[in-house]
Amino acid sequence: MMWLAVLAGSFGCYAEKLLGFFLPHSVLDNQRIRRIFGLLPVALLAALVAVQTFAVGQTLVIDARVAGVAVAIVALILRAPFLVVVIAAAVTAALLRVLGWAA
Amino acid sequence: MPTDDVPAAQRRAITSNALGIGIASGAYAISYGAISIASGLDFWQTQLLSLLMFTGASQFALVGVLGAGGGAVAAVLTALLLGARNGIYAVSMAPRLNVTGLRRLAAAELTIDESTAMALANEQPVRASRYAFWATGVSVYVLWNLGTLLGALGATAIGNPQSLGLDAAIPAAFIALLWPRLVDRSMWALALASGTVALLLTPVLRPGLPVLAAGIVALIAAALMERR
Repeated sequence: MMWLAVLAGSFGCYAEKLLGFFLPHSVLDNQRIRRIFGLLPVALLAALVAVQTFAVGQTLVIDARVAGVAVAIVALILRAPFLVVVIAAAVTAALLRVLGWAA
Repeated sequence: MPTDDVPAAQRRAITSNALGIGIASGAYAISYGAISIASGLDFWQTQLLSLLMFTGASQFALVGVLGAGGGAVAAVLTALLLGARNGIYAVSMAPRLNVTGLRRLAAAELTIDESTAMALANEQPVRASRYAFWATGVSVYVLWNLGTLLGALGATAIGNPQSLGLDAAIPAAFIALLWPRLVDRSMWALALASGTVALLLTPVLRPGLPVLAAGIVALIAAALMERR
């Protein structure tokens, strides 16, 4: 199943890029298409943030990940680079677990 | 790549920017490699995604949905919806690059946020724009794959990722990808609505589907913005 997803996803994402080289430039004149393609990443990334922060399977829980994400947001406000944001979140969650303050 | 009629100073500036962007992407890729291993993919699956898919947000999404038990179909669909913007970039890059054959196949693979942004930022002369696209694309490709290798090897060596808080690194990576896109109130509203819908649907839908439902939220938002 993992291999299927890796290969199908890779093929599909490459096909999307290549397809653009064969479409007429007038596609960009369509306001609606441009808007939808601009909004999709925002909606999907926000949903991924929410689910990956609170979901375990189909259950919603509050655990060390919430604190990790809160620290990540502070790091982003402070304009920290990507890797620092991610590591800060991981270290926060790991510390809370080591200390036994969160699951 | 013929770059002879790009002014030397401009060419130097582009090269150094392309390297800087590549190094920053390499750092992203370290976290991607580690997160992918933590999500249950093996070393080769992790590396092949960087070699073939080569579009960061989609790669993070694919491994994130798989790791959360969302199944292959939902994982691939999420990656495709996130990667669709590359197709729009390709439409705007095609006349500028004016490539055919193998070069077109290579240009397509390198059509991502960074290479497109650099090509658009160096609009004149057109050769500078082309050079910016290729230099950035190649720089990011090489360093993204190198970063992936380091992250994947590191996480494989460490073993139990949960104890390192890598499960918290996953939403942190997504919010870092989201952050620069929250440019105005309507984007914040869309993000909050999408996150809320995904959480409300989590108990009733199979893992992976609540995120796809956010795609529908984006369509509704586009329709609402059109009415205004």
